[in-house]
Amino acid sequence: MSEKVHIETNINGSQVEFLCEPRQSLLEVLRDVLDMTGTKEGCNDGNCGACTVIVDDRIIDSCLMLAVESQGKKLTTIEGVAYTDRLHPLQQAFLENAALQCGICTPGFIVAAKALLDREPDADEGRIRQWLAGNLCRCTGYDKIVRAVLAAKETMKNE
Amino acid sequence: MSNIEVGKSDGLKFVGSRPIRHDGLEKVTGQARYGADINLPQMLYGKILRSPYAHARIKSIDFSRALALEGVQAVVTSADLPRPWLTGEMEIDPKLVNTKFASNNVLAGEKVLYQGHAVAAVAASNVYIAEKALDLIDVSYEILPTILDVMQSIEIDAEVIHDGMFPYPKSDLIASKFNSSLINNFRSGMSNNREGDDSKWSNIAGYYIQEIGDLDRGFAEADVVVEREYNTGSVHQGYIEPHSATAIWNRDGKVTIWCSSQGHFGMRDQTAQVVGISSSDIKVIPMEIGGGFGGKTTVYLEPVVAMLSKKTGRPVKITMTRQEVFEGTGPTLGSYMKVKIGATNDGMITAAQALLAYEAGAFPGSPVNMGAQCIFAPYDIPNGKVEGFDILVNKPKVAAYRAPGAPAAAFAGETVIDELSSKLNIDPLLFRLKNSAKEGTRRISGPVFPRIGFLETVEASRSHPHYLSDFGGPNRGRGVAAGFWFNGSGPSSVIVNANADGTVSLIEGSPDIGGTRVAVAMHVAEVLGIPIADVHPSIGDTDSIGFTSMTGGSSVAFKTGWAAYQAAQDLKKQMIDELLTYGM
Repeated sequence: MSEKVHIETNINGSQVEFLCEPRQSLLEVLRDVLDMTGTKEGCNDGNCGACTVIVDDRIIDSCLMLAVESQGKKLTTIEGVAYTDRLHPLQQAFLENAALQCGICTPGFIVAAKALLDREPDADEGRIRQWLAGNLCRCTGYDKIVRAVLAAKETMKNE
Repeated sequence: MSNIEVGKSDGLKFVGSRPIRHDGLEKVTGQARYGADINLPQMLYGKILRSPYAHARIKSIDFSRALALEGVQAVVTSADLPRPWLTGEMEIDPKLVNTKFASNNVLAGEKVLYQGHAVAAVAASNVYIAEKALDLIDVSYEILPTILDVMQSIEIDAEVIHDGMFPYPKSDLIASKFNSSLINNFRSGMSNNREGDDSKWSNIAGYYIQEIGDLDRGFAEADVVVEREYNTGSVHQGYIEPHSATAIWNRDGKVTIWCSSQGHFGMRDQTAQVVGISSSDIKVIPMEIGGGFGGKTTVYLEPVVAMLSKKTGRPVKITMTRQEVFEGTGPTLGSYMKVKIGATNDGMITAAQALLAYEAGAFPGSPVNMGAQCIFAPYDIPNGKVEGFDILVNKPKVAAYRAPGAPAAAFAGETVIDELSSKLNIDPLLFRLKNSAKEGTRRISGPVFPRIGFLETVEASRSHPHYLSDFGGPNRGRGVAAGFWFNGSGPSSVIVNANADGTVSLIEGSPDIGGTRVAVAMHVAEVLGIPIADVHPSIGDTDSIGFTSMTGGSSVAFKTGWAAYQAAQDLKKQMIDELLTYGM
C-alpha cells in the first residue's frame, strides 16, 4: 500500500485535513474519505461535469485533479453553495424553474453556474450556454437549466 | 372507481399545477443519496473481472493468487451461484427468460458471450487492492468465432451462441443454401422440429407474426410500391449515474441491498432468483436514481455484492466505471429491417409488410414483438403482415430503452411512408391524414383503437406555424413522422397517513425517476383538499410498502396515481366516519 499524504485545505469555508494516497483524485477523497457525496461521479474522465467543484475561483472536474493538489487551496462544493438560512438564488431558481429531473447532474450545474455568476454577474444567455457546455444533462433539460441561471442572475443583482 | 371520469380536468385544484418538487431541495443541495452515495461501517469494495473476448469458452478460472493478496477478502464466480439447471430442478423452454440466463448474465457460466461480460468478482479492503486482485485471476479461454450482427447470426454456418433455440432442420438448411434470401434463411430456422439429429441449432430465439387482410391482393391493388432495407445500431441508454450496489448478507440469512433502479421489487426478485433465496429474505432500499431510460430494470451487481457479502460477513459495495456501464450493461437493440408499402395514386395505403430482425444480445429477449406491434400502428392498414425475429449476437443482452423496440421500427416504417408520399407528390402530413388510424381501426396485431386523437393531431399540425413557416435560410428542412406506443402498467402500492397537524405522509412503491413523487402527491392533495406541500412523499423499501411494478412504460403517474387517489379516498372516508361516530 502506498504511503498516505497529509493535506490541509479549505472546503466551503472550513479548514479540513485529510490523509490520501497520491493517486487518489479529489473526487474520490471528497466522496470516499470525507463522505461529501453531493459531488457526483458520472464518467470519471472529465466528460460529464457531474463532479464540478470550484478551486480558487476556477471550475474543475474533481475527477481530473489529484487530491494532493488541493493543498492550501480554497474549494467550494455543492454542500457549500447554500446560505446558512436559505438556499442560494441558483438553487432556488433551479427549483422554481423545474431545472432538474433525475438530479444527478444538478450539483455540477449549480456549482459551475455559481462560478460564472460570481465572476461575470452580467453573463448573457450565450455566455451561460458556453460556460455550461462542460456539464451534461442526460434527461436533456438544458433549456430549463439556462432559464434558471438567467433567473438567478437577476435575483443576485438585486441582493 | 366507476364514478370517476378519466381525463376530466374541470374543477381540479392541484392536478395540473406546477408546484416545487418535494425532492428538489435535496437534489439542489447535494443531500440526495444516489446508488453510490452509501458508505457503511466495515464496508468492503468490490471489482469485477470482465471478459476481453466477445465469445469464448471458459476452460478454467484460478483465483488463488488473487485470494493470497493482502486485503483481498473473497472472490466469487458463477460456481458460487446455485445452478438448478444442472440438477434438473429447472425444466423450462430455454428460449424464454430463465434462471440460467439470468444467472449467467450476472456472472458468466460455461462461456463469455460479450466483451465486458462479468467473469469473477473480488471484495477487498479498498478499490485499489480489488483492482490489483483482478490482474491476479488467471482465466483460460478458448476463443470462439464472434457474431456481431443479425445478418452474420443467421448464416447457416454461424457459430451457435446457445443450444436450444430454434433449430435449422437439415432439409431446409440445404434448401436455404440454394436460396440464400434472408427471409428464407429466417424461415428455415423457424421449424419447431426440435427432435433427433436432423437439426442444427440456429441463433434465432423468437419469432412473431401478425397478419390482417390479404397481402398479395393488397399489393396487386397498389399503383406504387416502395420497398427498402434498413440497419440500425445498438445505442446505450447513457444515464449519467453508473450502476452501483451495496449489500449486507446478515447472519440470519436476510439480505439488505442498497441500489438505485427503476423498480426495487424487480431488483429484489431477480436477485433472489440468481442467489437462490426467497424474495422475502431480501430487502432492497431504493436510492435516488440518476437516470435509467429503461436500462436500470435488470440486476447486474446486486447478486454479486450479495454473494461477496455472504462470503465475507461484511457489507460490500461495487460501483461500475463508465466503461463498465457501456460494455457490461444492456443497450438498445441493433436491427436489420425490411419494409414494403403499397399505395394507390390517390394516396391510400393498400398493403404494408415488414420484417424486423432485432438483436437480442447474448440472451433471448429483444423487444421485437413490441416493435412489430408498433410499426404500422398509426395507420389504417387493410392488408398487412409483420414478422419479427429475436436473434442472438455477442453483445450485452439488450435492455429496455424508451418505448423498447418501437423507435427502430418507426424509423423504418416512417421513412418508407415519407418516400411514398414524395413519389405520389402528396404532402406528407396529408398522406398520413388520409391513412391515419382512428376510433374503430383494427391494428395488424389485432386490437381495435378507442378514440386516440391522431387525426386531430395531424390536422392541427397541418395548419401550425411550425409546419408552414419559411425556412429562413439555406440548408434547413422540416420533416414529420408518426409513432405508436402502448404505455405500460402493473400493480402499485401506496400508504397515506394523516398526521396530527393536518399534513399527510405518502409512502409509495414507485422509484421516482423524473418527478412522480409530486405527480402522485397531487392526487392525494386533490382528494383531501390540502396543499401539495402538505403531502410528504417518500419511496418505501421492499419491506415497507406493498409490491409495486417497475417505473417504466410511462406508467407511474397513472398507476401509482390511481393507488394514491384510492388511498386518499379511503383516508377521507375514515375521517368522515370518525366524525360521524364521535362528533365534531
